[in-house]
This record gives sequence, structure tokens and C-alpha cells, in this order.
Amino acid sequence: MNWIRVLGAFTLSTVRDLGETGVFLVKGFSWAFIPPFKFFRLIKQIQFIGVNSTLIVLLTGAFTGMVLGIQGYYSLNKFGADALLGPAVALSLIRELGPVISALMVTGRAGSALTAEIGIMRISEQIDALEVMALHPFRYLVVPNFLAGIISFPLLASIFNVIGIYGGYLVGVKLLGVSEGGYFGEMKNYVAMQDILDGLYKSLSFGVIMTWVCCYKGYNAGYGAEGVSKATTQAVVTSSVLILVWDYFLTSVMF
Amino acid sequence: MIEVINLHKSFKGFQVLKGISLRVGKGEILALIGKSGYGKSVFLKHIVGLLKGDQGKVLIEGKDIAKSKGIALEQIRKKFGFLFQGGALFDSLNIFDNIAFPLREKTNMKESEIRDKVLFELDQVGLKGSENKYPAEISGGMKKRAAFARSLILDPEIMLFDEPTTGLDPIIANTIHTLIKNTHERLKFTGIIVTHEIPKIFSIVQKVAMLNDGVIIAQGTPQEIQASPHALVQQFIAGGIKIA
Repeated sequence: MNWIRVLGAFTLSTVRDLGETGVFLVKGFSWAFIPPFKFFRLIKQIQFIGVNSTLIVLLTGAFTGMVLGIQGYYSLNKFGADALLGPAVALSLIRELGPVISALMVTGRAGSALTAEIGIMRISEQIDALEVMALHPFRYLVVPNFLAGIISFPLLASIFNVIGIYGGYLVGVKLLGVSEGGYFGEMKNYVAMQDILDGLYKSLSFGVIMTWVCCYKGYNAGYGAEGVSKATTQAVVTSSVLILVWDYFLTSVMF
Repeated sequence: MIEVINLHKSFKGFQVLKGISLRVGKGEILALIGKSGYGKSVFLKHIVGLLKGDQGKVLIEGKDIAKSKGIALEQIRKKFGFLFQGGALFDSLNIFDNIAFPLREKTNMKESEIRDKVLFELDQVGLKGSENKYPAEISGGMKKRAAFARSLILDPEIMLFDEPTTGLDPIIANTIHTLIKNTHERLKFTGIIVTHEIPKIFSIVQKVAMLNDGVIIAQGTPQEIQASPHALVQQFIAGGIKIA
């Protein structure tokens, strides 16, 4: 009957972890509405999560758009519909690839660093020091990251989309000979404002998922360098998987 | 001022504190001595409410800190200064900003007044001129002194010191002890010092308690502790004298 005990312990621990994670999210958002607001800390985190991720988003956006240009042209050309390359590239990016890939890239770059920073603050008693000063750590460590994620992710996804569309244009129009007017003209016909808004809502929710998971893992990091390293790995893996799972649910509901 | 009644705490089935009771009067400093790994730091974290006991009470001026929440907890914590074992300075701030942090967050002082107060405290701990350095750029002793200055900046009524001299050379350790003594004369705070510095600490404190295997095995004035018939206490003090 040992396996029953193991299964029971695992179930209890999972339920407790899920509960704690949920409470962490609710507390994080509650503190966002309690003044004083840490405006400069928010700006710093927007720079850390958003501005500093711009280059990697530009690069991945450009190459994703270029690949979509080649693959889209290959498929559409078979049906003689290569004039629809523009909308195919744009819709793929705006509805799906822009929010998802930019979120995964930012999770790898900023999410890991976020967890490591908060985790080191935990193990070196800096978070305890804040508490002893009668200052709630959520106000300084969690709220600015939540808000920075909510602001940065949609902007980064938008940059990804724009640069990706131009990457597709470069390959489709300049290299493969699709008509320039057709590429952008058909895009205007087929891409609706709702597509753009849905993509932005998606990336906004990904921003919440990444900052929530990464802050939680760092805040509850175990002891020593090993604890921080484990928390960082778990944060990136859990955030990435959650982003993909949540993307499926959102896509099912939205489209 | 601080009263601990029958405090118990265990982690994952391992009992660290097995019913601690002690009292520290207003303006007194108590030294908590005992072997490493026997729960002295854990005990200190209960005093300030960072940990909550499984059983028992920690009363700060009659108020149970473990049962206090929100503004009530904030009001109690405002009384505290805490010198952490590793200093717990914020890595991302320089020494000046570290020490100014509680003033900027908890008071309405003007930046010029904050500057004057921080520079005064830095001077007190012998760190004038190091205000623009970051924690990673200074030595362990300087970190402890900077953390000491930060913990004192709001003139706390209660000071908790978690091994303030561990890992420091004897000269710096003496400097820290002198700082504690001088500051106590100036601020008259109530304090608890977790330390292994025997017998040096006896000249600073009014009370000593020895923690062993989760219980207080002896407490009293430094003279009473030195005269204690308890074999473990004598062994610990003798060990301390031999090392010193």
C-alpha cells in the first residue's frame, strides 16, 4: 500500500502548490491597487522585460516572417493562390505566432533572470529585510513585474508582427516575385481589427502568465544556489508550457 | 517588552524549538548563545514574525505578533531593527541608497534631511566615503556595518542581531561590539543578540540565555551564567574562552 501513500502525498502537494500559486496571483493583483505605487520601479521593469527584449524579438520576428514567406509561397503556389501570401503571413503572425513566439523568447530571456533575481533576494534574506522594515515585498517585487509584463508583452508582439510581415514581404515580394500591391492589398482585405485585438489579448495574458510563474518560483525558491537554479529552470519550463496550453484554450474560444 | 511563552516550532517533522520561554525587559539586551544549527536564528525570526510557531506565543509589548496582520503587524514591525547574518543589503542599491531606503519609504523627510541623516549614520559606523559603493564591492565587515547603519536608521525600539560578528576578524568584531554598545547607550533599545562571542559579549548585555536542543537550559545575568552549575553551559563558556 506504499504506492497509495505516495500517490496521496503527491496529490496533496500538487493541490497545495496550485492553491498557493493561485493565492499568489490574487495577492499580486490586489497589491496593484493599493498605494503608494512604485512608478519608477515599474519603468525599470518595463525596460528590463520589454525594452531589453526588443532586439531578440526583432530577430526572431524577422526570421519567422521570412520562413512563413517561403513556406506560404510554396503551399499557395500549388493552388495558384500566391497573391494571398500577404494575408497568410499576416494572419499567421497576428493570430498565433507573434504572441506565442515573442512570449516564449521573452520568457527565456527575462523570465529566467526575473526568477533568479527574486530567488537570490529570497536566499540572501533581502525579502525578509523588506518585511522587517514593515514594507510588503509584493509592492516592490511582484506588482511592478506583473504590470510590466502586461504592458510589454502586447507591444513586443506588435513589433514581432510588423517585422515578421516585412520579413515575409522581403522573401515573398523581393525574392519570389509576388506582387507588392497584392501582398499588402490582400492583407487589408483579409485581416480584421478583431484579429489584431485577439492577438493582443493573447499576448497580454501571456505577460501575466510569465510574470506570475517566474515571480512565484523566485519568491518561493529553495535554499542555496541549487534552490535558485531549480526555481529558474522550473519557472521557464512551467511558463512556456502554460503559455502553449493557455494559447490552445484561448484560440478555441476566440476563433 | 519581549515575552516568549512556550514557543514550539518544527520543520518537516523535525522539532527545532521545543518550548522556549524567556523575557527581555525594556532597554535590556539579551545574548542568546548555543551551538550552531540549534535554532537560534529560527527563534529570532519568530520574534519579528517572519516565522510563526506551531505552539506558544511571542508578545511584543503585550501584543501577539503571530496573530497580528495588516496595519497591526506593520505597527509592531515599525519598532524593529534587524541585523541579518549576511547583512541582507539590497544588491541593486548602493550603500547610501540602502541606508536611505527605510527613510524614503517610511518617512516624509526631505531628500536633504535624508542625506544628512544617512551621512551621520555612515560616519557613526566608520563608512564615510563608501556611500557610492555597491554591496558587491565592499568587504564582509563593511557590509555588516552598512547593514547595522540601515537597521538603526529609523531609531528602532527593539534591535535583533543575528550573529553580528560571525566571519569577521577580531578587530572588526570588536568594532561591531563597540558600535552596539555605543548605539545602545544612545538609543536605549531593547535587544537580542544571537552570538558565539563568549566572553566578549558579556560586557555588552544584561542577560544571557543558552539554547540547547530546542530548549533554554540556562538564563540569567552574565555573572550568573558564568557561575552556572550546568555542565553544558560551562563546557560552552570554557570552549569560548579556550578559542578566544
